Amino acid sequence: MILPSISRSVLRQHSKAAARYATNIHASRTMSTSSSPWSQFEMAPTDPIVGLNEIYNKDDFPSKVIVGVGAYRDDLGKPYVLPCVREAEQILMDKNLDMEYTGIAGEPKFVDLALKFVYGEDSVPIQENRVHGVQALSGTGGLRVFGELMAKHGHKHIYVPNPTWGNHIPIFTNSGLEVRKYRYYDAESSDLDFTNMMKDIKDIPKGSLILMHACAHNPTGMDPTMEQWKEMSETIKKQGLVPFFDCAYQGFASGDPVKDASSVRMFVEDGHLISMVQSFSKNFGLYGQRIGALSVVGADEDEAKRVVSQMKMVIRPMYSNPPRQGARIVTTILEDPRLTQDFLDQCRGMADRINLMRTLLQDKLAEAGSTKNWDHITKQIGMFAYSGLNKDQVMEMREKHHVYCTADGRISMAGVTSGNVDYIANAIHDVSK
Amino acid sequence: MATTTENLSSSIENNSDEDDEGGRAAFAAQKKHKMSPHSAGTVDRPSSIRRSSLLLSPEWDMERKSLRHLGDLDDDDQIRIAYFPNIPTIQDVATNEGDDDAPAVDVSAARRSLFKTKTHATVTSDDEWSTASVTSDSLSDFDDDDDHTVTGIWQNVPEAPPDAILGIAAAYKACEHPQKVNICVGAYRDDNGNPYVLPTVRKAEYRLLEQNEVKEYLPIEGDRDFVYCAMKFAYGREMDIENHVAAVQSLSGTGACMLGGQFLAQFWGSDHPIYVPNPTWGNHIKIFKQCGLKVRKYRYYDRSKNALDFEGMLKDIKRAKDGSIILLHACAHNPTGCDPTMEQWKEIVSLISSKSHIAFFDSAYQGFATGNSEKDAQAFRYAVSQHVPILLAQSFAKNFGLYGERVGTLSIVCGDVVQKERIMSELRSIIRPLYSSPPRHGSSIVKTILMDPALKEEYYQECAKMAIRIKKMRKKLEEALQVAGSIHDWSHITKQIGMFAYTGMDEAMCKQLTEEFSIFLTTNGRISMVGLNNSNLTYVANAIHTVTAGKTITA
Repeated sequence: MILPSISRSVLRQHSKAAARYATNIHASRTMSTSSSPWSQFEMAPTDPIVGLNEIYNKDDFPSKVIVGVGAYRDDLGKPYVLPCVREAEQILMDKNLDMEYTGIAGEPKFVDLALKFVYGEDSVPIQENRVHGVQALSGTGGLRVFGELMAKHGHKHIYVPNPTWGNHIPIFTNSGLEVRKYRYYDAESSDLDFTNMMKDIKDIPKGSLILMHACAHNPTGMDPTMEQWKEMSETIKKQGLVPFFDCAYQGFASGDPVKDASSVRMFVEDGHLISMVQSFSKNFGLYGQRIGALSVVGADEDEAKRVVSQMKMVIRPMYSNPPRQGARIVTTILEDPRLTQDFLDQCRGMADRINLMRTLLQDKLAEAGSTKNWDHITKQIGMFAYSGLNKDQVMEMREKHHVYCTADGRISMAGVTSGNVDYIANAIHDVSK
Repeated sequence: MATTTENLSSSIENNSDEDDEGGRAAFAAQKKHKMSPHSAGTVDRPSSIRRSSLLLSPEWDMERKSLRHLGDLDDDDQIRIAYFPNIPTIQDVATNEGDDDAPAVDVSAARRSLFKTKTHATVTSDDEWSTASVTSDSLSDFDDDDDHTVTGIWQNVPEAPPDAILGIAAAYKACEHPQKVNICVGAYRDDNGNPYVLPTVRKAEYRLLEQNEVKEYLPIEGDRDFVYCAMKFAYGREMDIENHVAAVQSLSGTGACMLGGQFLAQFWGSDHPIYVPNPTWGNHIKIFKQCGLKVRKYRYYDRSKNALDFEGMLKDIKRAKDGSIILLHACAHNPTGCDPTMEQWKEIVSLISSKSHIAFFDSAYQGFATGNSEKDAQAFRYAVSQHVPILLAQSFAKNFGLYGERVGTLSIVCGDVVQKERIMSELRSIIRPLYSSPPRHGSSIVKTILMDPALKEEYYQECAKMAIRIKKMRKKLEEALQVAGSIHDWSHITKQIGMFAYTGMDEAMCKQLTEEFSIFLTTNGRISMVGLNNSNLTYVANAIHTVTAGKTITA
């Protein structure tokens, strides 16, 4: 199909010119192995979580199961695009929007809606316009910008729970922060190690950054109770620490976004000037769009805006400005009451299915004959179950049963279906009896 | 479709050279991997690059061991963690004086008080900023007197300097002059001054929606099909991508430069400086500094002739120590629009080869410069054919009009597939703690177009159309200036290529253009050709003539 504005002769000229300029670069003429500056390179290790997919894909056992990466699957094991997201995409198509650059901080409308979603519209700092932030490349991107920002501004360490999401460590270390941990989970009892956590928090030096998972702790799925959060809030205040929340599962944990934001909102009410990174990967199912937000509660409006201006300084030489599509989808949904309600229903649907699978898995384990205590599976919340399997057991499960989870025994409940739960239960029982 | 005002300021903000000054940061010190010299050459090539347990201290090592039970790290794994070296301040940059990327807004001395009070900063020149560095004294040092439990955390954080270009965008927006013109914009505009979404892009989007495309995470290195198409597009059909090109999807051009910079800083060594042309896109300097590279400049543009300073360029590349990194704009140099000829490229490549330099090509305008995507790739394809080791940062922002979707690639040409796999593994380990994986919308669009022969043909025509309109505007501007009565030699406007023309006007002339005629541009005399159209051309030409008559447009 030829556009009328370009004459055929011009086109002919162009294709002739193209032929003239085509350079044949054959393999034999590229640089030789030894003359390359890269010849002495060594292989970097594979990312353990993402690398799991690759091992799984190579396995051709017909009943293989993967419960590794934290991406939701429906009961048929298929990826799930929320209907409200599809609808939002259709609305956007009809609007015929341009593809211009957005600001370094992303779309102001998106940031505004994202922050209200987690802090709550009636939150005092929101009302006082002293909560500001930037669009981020989902959780990872937000964490990295935050880490770089804090390292740039005098921080040397960050305290994370033990265990924590594996990627936290290279993110912060590459930002220039030394990662230290506070006790969090007691593997023996498969429970929160609250007493020791409080002991460790009391030892954290004044002014240090402390990272907390807002809800649905990854990988353990063990969250503090509201009473425990209260004690943490008071202690952190006394210690003069800098609280930073990683909020990746709001709405996805309990099914209720307001409930899932309670820890964060409590800290804000208690007067903490928190900072937070949000991800919309799981709750909106927008994994590949890389959409999130990084925000800060300032003592006043000017302060929060100043911090944001510094965030932009980190972002500009990193990737200039964030991708638009994910932000547009979230905005379209959250600015429309009916779509927002649809989203709440669909998000709850995902959480409900996961909780159902937890119960089912625990039942099936008992059915399979396991005498171990598997209460933690239903006690835990969110996408993952920290099974308690050790590395050897995990490997045996991979080799013998072709069930793939990460070496720490973390099982992505989202990958469990009514179709494979028996198989998984039997596999777990077999390696753990 | 009208440009929304938010988009206008965004597009300008992001194409700014003269924007907020960074260049100073406090990163943790890098444990340098001291590399033993390669036996075969004069260049200090890395012989064995091991990313070690350079991890700090014995305590950290114990820490690391106890972190093992996180399970994400097998016993065989080592934590590959990279530290970034101290970023040098601007004073370390050798030839930074006379930077053409001068900001549009006046320098204010109030800038200095930035770190003591909460005043808003105004833009300052590079030099001023460099002397007002952020020290840890000014921030986050919690004295006993401070109430840092809740109120003191952020109070010492200063405002970062605002973006100069954004100032121009805001001024344009606020201007009520009926004939106001924006020739600062860095995104394509059609002849009605509107943003342009390529029809093939729309078709691709529609197809993705119809196909109910999933939203799953892409692999760390991005969409493999997209990357493959992008590589064929860049290197040509005949290139053996599988065995000789390590390539990853990136966040457009900025992201690609950033990944390349990180990679080079970690694996080539931050003691090898990167040389950028003078002038260059302002963000280049910030990107590479933030990666930990020493940034130097080589002569490029001769203001006295409004042409390439070829001799100066060669001299500076030759003077650079062996194994330096040379940044080259693949075509349509930004901001000057002035490219070497093919003959000159051959000399440049030959020199780079003889000095064992690494050529880092930034290709942001392939197809958009001449209208012919094969021709626009000649420079780096030639380098590849001459066995010069190259990195290529590729952006699809301009040629596919996908600015806001952040689509690009970084590729490294290497000797064999073993090297390729290793480089890929290292690139993944850089990407994962940055943003895990790239955004999929833009890459899906490009892939859809390039993998469909009919769409691909249409695309080439749409891209050529943009390039042709720009060329027309160049010709018309030169003619209009002559008609207006200007006796200057404006031939550089038609000789230059790409989105921008480096007119040779000085700061005073540019200011006059803005103040008297409401024509908005950056003070380095760079005009954005896409801001011109048949409606405003004569007006702009007359205005330029008025401000330049009787004065010189060469330095």
